[in-house]
Parts: sequence; C-alpha cells; structure tokens
Amino acid sequence: MTTPLKKVLIIVLLTLLCLYISLPKSIPVNLNFGPINFNHRFERSDLNLTLGKFSLKRNFDLVLGLDLAGGSHLVFEAQTQDLDQVDREKAVNSVRAVIERRVNLFGVSEPNVAVSSFEGKDRIIVELPGIDDTQEAIGLIGKTAQLVFAEIGSEEVPGVTKTSLTGAGLKSADVTFDQTTGKPVVLLEFNQEGGELFAQLTEKNLGKPLPIMLDDEIISAPLVQQTITGGSAQISGEFTLQEAQNLAIQLNAGALPVPISLIEQRTVGATLGADSVAKSVYAGLIGLSMVLLFMVLAYGKLGLIADFALIIFGILTLSIYKLIPVVLTLPGIAGFLLSVGMAVDANILIFERFKEEKLQRPFSDALEVSFGRAWDSIRDANIATLVTAFVLANPLDFSFLHTSGPVRGFAITLSLGIFVSLFTGIVVSRNLLRAFIKPKAHGK
Amino acid sequence: MLSSINPVSSSVLFINMNWLRYKKIYFLISGIVIGLGIYSLLSWGLRLGLDFRGGTILEYRFGKEISADIAKKAIEDAGIEVSSIQSLGDNTYLFKLPPVEVSDKNKIENVLSRISETQEELRYETVGPSVGPELVKKTIYAIIIASVAILIWVAIQFKSIKFGTSAIFAMFHDSFVLIGLFSFLGHFAGAEVDFLFVTALLTTLSFSVHDTIVVYDRIRESQKISDGDLVGLANRAITETMSRSLNNSFTIIFMLFALMLLGGATIKWFAVALFIGTVSGTYSSPFVAVPLLVIWDQLADKIKNRK
Repeated sequence: MTTPLKKVLIIVLLTLLCLYISLPKSIPVNLNFGPINFNHRFERSDLNLTLGKFSLKRNFDLVLGLDLAGGSHLVFEAQTQDLDQVDREKAVNSVRAVIERRVNLFGVSEPNVAVSSFEGKDRIIVELPGIDDTQEAIGLIGKTAQLVFAEIGSEEVPGVTKTSLTGAGLKSADVTFDQTTGKPVVLLEFNQEGGELFAQLTEKNLGKPLPIMLDDEIISAPLVQQTITGGSAQISGEFTLQEAQNLAIQLNAGALPVPISLIEQRTVGATLGADSVAKSVYAGLIGLSMVLLFMVLAYGKLGLIADFALIIFGILTLSIYKLIPVVLTLPGIAGFLLSVGMAVDANILIFERFKEEKLQRPFSDALEVSFGRAWDSIRDANIATLVTAFVLANPLDFSFLHTSGPVRGFAITLSLGIFVSLFTGIVVSRNLLRAFIKPKAHGK
Repeated sequence: MLSSINPVSSSVLFINMNWLRYKKIYFLISGIVIGLGIYSLLSWGLRLGLDFRGGTILEYRFGKEISADIAKKAIEDAGIEVSSIQSLGDNTYLFKLPPVEVSDKNKIENVLSRISETQEELRYETVGPSVGPELVKKTIYAIIIASVAILIWVAIQFKSIKFGTSAIFAMFHDSFVLIGLFSFLGHFAGAEVDFLFVTALLTTLSFSVHDTIVVYDRIRESQKISDGDLVGLANRAITETMSRSLNNSFTIIFMLFALMLLGGATIKWFAVALFIGTVSGTYSSPFVAVPLLVIWDQLADKIKNRK
C-alpha cells in the first residue's frame, strides 16, 4: 500500500502548489482573540527566474477579458474591394499600423489590434481594455491620418511650418536598397500634384532638412540634397532594414490607402463587468455545493472522494488559467462551470461500474476493473466533446470559422476543463480511492 | 475473465426493464416536441439577437426607477427610433435600437438625463448590418465541420455505419429540439438567438454524442462477450447506463440551473440553451439513438431474410 500513498502525497503537493498560484495575490488575515491580535497581509511574490539566458517572469494574475474588466471592442472594415491582392494586404497592414500607433497614444495597458479577413472583407479588430469613453476612442482611431511635409522655419520664424503637401499627394512608400551603398532606403512615389509640390519644396529647402510629420509627430527629417522633380524620391540614412520598413509603413499609413468605417463596437463599463464576475462566482459556488452534496448523497464515501477530486480539479484548472494565461470572459466562466458539472462524469461512470463489479469479484479487483472498463467510454465520449471544442476554439485561425470573441473563450475553458477532468477523474480519484477506501470499511 | 460470463446484474433501480418495448412512446414524445418546434419556427421564426440582426443596445443604470413608455416616447420625440426598452431590475434598463451613431447616442443620453437625474452607462454595443450574414455563414461551416468530424469519429470507433448514423440522427434530434424550443421561447419569453446560442448549439452536438457513446460502448462491450440478440443487449445497456446518465446530467443541470437563476442577464439564455441541450442529449441517447439502432438492425435482418 505504499505506492498509492506516495502518489497521493504527490497529488497533495501538486494541489498545494496550484493552490498557491490560484489564490489571490494578497490575502489580509485579521484575527482577534482577546489580547492576541494577528494582523498580517499574506503576499505572494511574483515568479522571477533567471537561468543564464532563459528568464521567466510571471505575476500569476487572472487575466480578465473586456466583458469582465470593462473596455471597448471595435471592429473597422477597410474598403479594399477595388484593390488587387498585393495592394490589399499592403493597405490592410498600413491601416493596422496607423491604428496601432494611435491606440498606443491612449496609454492603454495591453491594447490589441488584429486583422481578420473573410470572403473578401478586411476587418481590423481593436480591443481597448479599460476604455469606456468610446466616443474619444472611435474618434481618434477613425480619423483620417494626416501626413504632412513641413519646412524648418527661418531665424525670424522658428519652429516647423506645415506645407500643403500631405499624404494625399503620396502614392506609395517602399523599401529598396541603394545601388551604390547597398543600404536600405525608403522610396517615395508621388502622384502628379504631389510631385509638383514636392519639386517646389525641395527647390526652396535645398540643403535643409524636410520634416515629415504624421499626426503632428515628426517621423523623419531627411536632408534635401538636390531639387527633385519627376515625382519620386528616396530617403536614405543610417537606418537598419527594420527601421526603413517601419518608416515605409508609417508613410503608407499616413497616406491611409483606403478609408475605414466602424461596423461593430461593444463597450462594457467596468461596473457591469465586476457585477458579472460577482454573479458568476456566486452562481458557481451554489452550483458547486449542489454537485458536492449530490455526489455524497448518491455515492456516500466514494462520493466524498469524488468531491475531493472535484475540488482539486477546480484548483488545478484555475492555476492553469493563470499560468497560460487564459483570457477569462463571461462565456469562458460558463465553460468552466460546465466543465465542473462534467468533471464528475468520469467518477460517476467508474462508480456505477464499481457497483456492478463488486458483486462479482473481490473489492480491490472490482475497483481496478471498473477503472479499466470505464476508461473506454470516458475516452471516446470526451474526444467527441473535444472535437467540437476544437472547431469552436479554432486554434489554427481558419478564416472561415469564428476567430475571436465569446465563442472562443467558451471553447478554450471547456476543453481545458475536459483535459484536467480526465486527469483528476482518473489519476487523482483512483489513487485517493486506492489509498483511502478499504473493503471492510465499505462492508463488502 | 471467468466471471464475465455471468450476466452482469444491473443497478438496483431498473432491473431488467424492457425499455425498447415502448419505442413508439419515445418517438411520440420526440415527435411532439420537434413538431411544436417546427410549428413555432414556421409561424414565428427565430428572434435574432444583436449579433445577427445588427443594431444598437444601450444599458444604463439610473438613480431611480423610470417608466419605459415615457423614456421611449421622449427618445422618439428626439427623432430616434427605439425598438424596445427592457427593465433588468436594480434600476437598470436595456434599450434596443436600430444601429445609431455616437451623435445619436449623445442625444439619447441628453433626453434620458431629463428623465432621471443620474445615469451610468453600463454597456454600449453597435453591430452593423454586414456582420450578421457573415456570422451565419461561419456558424453553418462550424456545424458542418463539427458534425462530419463527430460522424467520422463514431463510425471509426464502432466500425459501423449503423452506429455512426444513428448517433448522428440523435444529434440532429437534439439540435432540432433546441432550435425549435428556442423559437418558442423567443416568441413567448423573448429569448434571442445570438453568438452564445450558436455556441450552446454546438456544445449540444457534442453532449448528445457524448452520452450516446457511453450507451453504445456498453452494447459493444456485451457484444464481445455474449451472443444475445441486439434488442436484449441494447435493453441491458440502457439499464446499465441509466443511473449514470441521470446522475451525470444532474450534476451538469445543477451548474446550469445556478447560472440560469443567478448568473445575470447576459448568460441567462445561454444557460437555458445549454440546459435544453443537456436534457435533450440525455433523453436522446437511450430513447432515440438506441431504438433507431435496433430498428435499423431489424430492418436489415428482414431484408436479408427475404433474399
């Protein structure tokens, strides 16, 4: 009987470790027993491992989605239908770059900008946690980018003055390599009108820098080396390929190749989010206690073991959410609660089997046989659920399936729940049963 | 394995019941529920939610209770159409409108501030009309892929088209029950079909198969060790899995019930949909999938004998 006990010990240690991760970051403990006062805040320190080049930093905080933490989810559609495939990708990436830059201006923590395409429609999805002033957000993201070529003022008029040459005059910006130096350069191509304006500008500012401004921010100030006619120019300098590419993207972004329009926006205030969290935690606790009670009523001692396994299941799952981390949404919580209901299924299958088997064979044999026989059903049945969860979660980002939002959150927590429940249902409760349930105690 | 030759005595509750004698009753029950659903679908259709239909919803918490009628009239007087105003309790109200711009939303807030002194914006969602059709397509793809994958899995697992097809039939049975009842609930209780409903539908597909596999597994196992006819084996398999099915459904239903009553407005109907799916999925495994399997088997035998 030493082996099961050893395994139980390992399970207990694993659970304690996961419990440590699962618990909130700081727990205030205030105890007052007459003269003895104990006031202390237990703080969990963040994980900070450094092994040579490898470093691991985790703070083990639960990551809440927009619907729970509050924030804005915006979807823009880029009007790319008149462009061919190559221009289209370029255009969408430019739009994305400009939106990303603007979003960073908000100072939001962890904004997310993603591109999604489906049947010829290009979408840009913007997620802004903590922002509930949508009007400002939409205004700033949606406004037409202003790319302006400016002049350095003279001694009488210092500073920078904008000229009438804007992004509208720019046809495209690309990265090429200078044929003599081999260094990356940014090639600008102007349209008819832009080319003429640019020729005038370079003539006037010969030998001076010519700042290029994007939304009032100077992104580059190349020196004019000669008057440039013919509608194209190149910006050369000591930049790396990456820098040249970024500059080109920014220039293209400023030119905003296609208009964008807002087609979907969802904003949830932080109070509603907190409310949802409180309600689902409450619902979860009530549901969980009913399940725990039911298992004891239906299976007695065995049920108690299953309850322990279920609580371990909860602790493990929560710590996995924190470790990966899984962005928890409201449907995600529903998926988790559902998996709690399903997690005992493996135990129920085994216990029902055990009721039959113990009539025919010795107690401990019956236990092992039940695990073996029930495993086939458990495996086959759970694979069917995993298949559906896989389609819903769409981990390979197939564009013809749902790529974001509530469906995915649900599927991820549900499938994680199934994996963990297989572990707790089979490994954990099996070893607990081996160690703690004795035939004579069971009267058989 | 000497002991496995003995017939396995079943759980105490359902000793040697001849479940399959009442096939007609099971089909009648399913027929009535699905018939009701089809009637409801034909007469009222499904009530589409924001995700599919497009539009705007606004949720506010006011400082006091307001009259939905007065608020509706005041907003419409400002020239903005309102589809419905719903009280969610706790001085919280949900406004549904056709898609509106931010400028119109400001107008609405102005109007509302005259009705109630304080207001807090809890939620503001707008979905353009182009989003819905795309979602419908993606949903259909998801359902097709999931059902084909499950069909293949079941067919491989049981090395039999008979098993696979009956399981898929039971699965469609559950989807029809869910869709039909939701049309019914949509008409009488305002249940809307949205993103989350689709998720519940797909989860129901897998639940349904989950339970069916457990019963089929039992039939397959007893086929290996005894030569009894399929009806006898099937009856025994139903008996043996009945208390497991019920107990497992109970635990799931407990969780869903708690969510339905306490989980808040956003996921209430989601929990209801999952609840219907779970109940139907539990019912359909012994009472639809197994009878279909047996009928198929009997028909196949008859045809064979005639030849």
